Amino acid sequence: MGLAKRIIPCLDVDNGRVVKGVKFVEIRDAGDPVENARRYNLEGADELTFLDITASSDNRDTMVHMVEAVASEVFIPLTVGGGIREVADVRKMLNAGADKVGINTAAIFNPDFVKQAADRFGSQCIVVAVDAKKVSLPDEQNRWEIFTHGGRKGTGIDALEWVCKMDEYGAGEILLTSMDRDGTKQGFDNELTRQVSESVKIPVIASGGVGTLQHMADGVLKGKADAVLAASIFHFGEYRISEVKSYMKSQGIEVRD
Amino acid sequence: MHTIAVIDYGMGNLHSVTKALEHVVDQNQQVILTSSPEIVSEADKVVFPGQGAARDCMLAIDEHGLRETVQDAANNKPFLGICMGMQVLVHASEENGGTDCLALYPGEVRYFGDPLLDENNERLKVPHMGWNQVRQTREHPLWHKIADNSRFYFVHSYYLETEAADLEIGHCNYGKSFTCAIAKDNVFAMQCHPEKSADAGLQLLTNFAQWDGEV
Repeated sequence: MGLAKRIIPCLDVDNGRVVKGVKFVEIRDAGDPVENARRYNLEGADELTFLDITASSDNRDTMVHMVEAVASEVFIPLTVGGGIREVADVRKMLNAGADKVGINTAAIFNPDFVKQAADRFGSQCIVVAVDAKKVSLPDEQNRWEIFTHGGRKGTGIDALEWVCKMDEYGAGEILLTSMDRDGTKQGFDNELTRQVSESVKIPVIASGGVGTLQHMADGVLKGKADAVLAASIFHFGEYRISEVKSYMKSQGIEVRD
Repeated sequence: MHTIAVIDYGMGNLHSVTKALEHVVDQNQQVILTSSPEIVSEADKVVFPGQGAARDCMLAIDEHGLRETVQDAANNKPFLGICMGMQVLVHASEENGGTDCLALYPGEVRYFGDPLLDENNERLKVPHMGWNQVRQTREHPLWHKIADNSRFYFVHSYYLETEAADLEIGHCNYGKSFTCAIAKDNVFAMQCHPEKSADAGLQLLTNFAQWDGEV
């Protein structure tokens, strides 16, 4: 027995409400963040991730209050991402009760920000969120590129090179989302996940595409992920976290009871 | 009023520790997050949290003039060290090219190693991040109502190594077998985060809030 693979519900937040869209469009309301967090905690979530999908500066105070409210009631690790652009943003979220912050776009525009944040607050609280999309043609060797703006803008950066760089720069964890799979319910891109996980020394969270219990298990078994993240299957009550855990356990994966 | 001081030296997830303690204390207890040596000295109990790098942690303790206060508290009253707050209680850490720590106990803090391998020779990730089992190696009031081998939340790249066998109170396995909690007299300290460990963690904090410092 040893370290358990983590099951992480992700809550997309827009102006203080949990929402879920398919590929970042068709946003549907899924409720109050504190209520959601409390329920997931009771069901056995190993960690919670909140993503501020609008990430505008107007929304920042709403997000800080939300984190404070959740952290006062739910005593498992909390990651907060979306609009984390400078060291002051990191400090604000950690002070509000977040344990980790997710850095995405800001890392692409200024990789040194990851270094600064990790030096200041420790690698353990810096999660680099990576949105990757397959760009190789069917007859070519697999290649994925980093995208921004919800998968609309390519950066020309190779995903595997990027995660290695972020590892070197002091990231404590990689939150890897396949933009091809996000919202599709076709399962994680396990080939991408496995290649990323085997390229870095830090934990990798697989994200994007979960529709079934087998998809969650495959993220670990085929994708070699250290944690699996999903949103809509939990929000709309398709599966409970306890069901995911029992299923993963039946597949020989170590989970927290 | 019975006070529990959470030492604020500008590092770590202080809100989490404070909120979790506030969640478990009774109405006669007050949790105070403070960087004032005077308030810490007057408190009935002290919690010493921590995150980040060893060198920054030691620098911050000295910048806030808290070195003697921490040492004094560890010698005199119920004291709970968490994460980096456990690591800096021993002699030294390998982190940041070698950092001298508070040296209250014998021991050194070492890097998990690269690569770190499991029993099947598969590579393990560093940091050790997530829920792992804590084996209780001795009885202690702070283990009250917590099942042996309960899972706690860990996040660290360095682990404590000590030859003083009487210090160890909890043990964990991640690529190697290591001491994840120590206890001596009025001091209890752990690598994992009770404030983030759901029910087991809240029980441990409840036990601390009720502890008189006697073993």
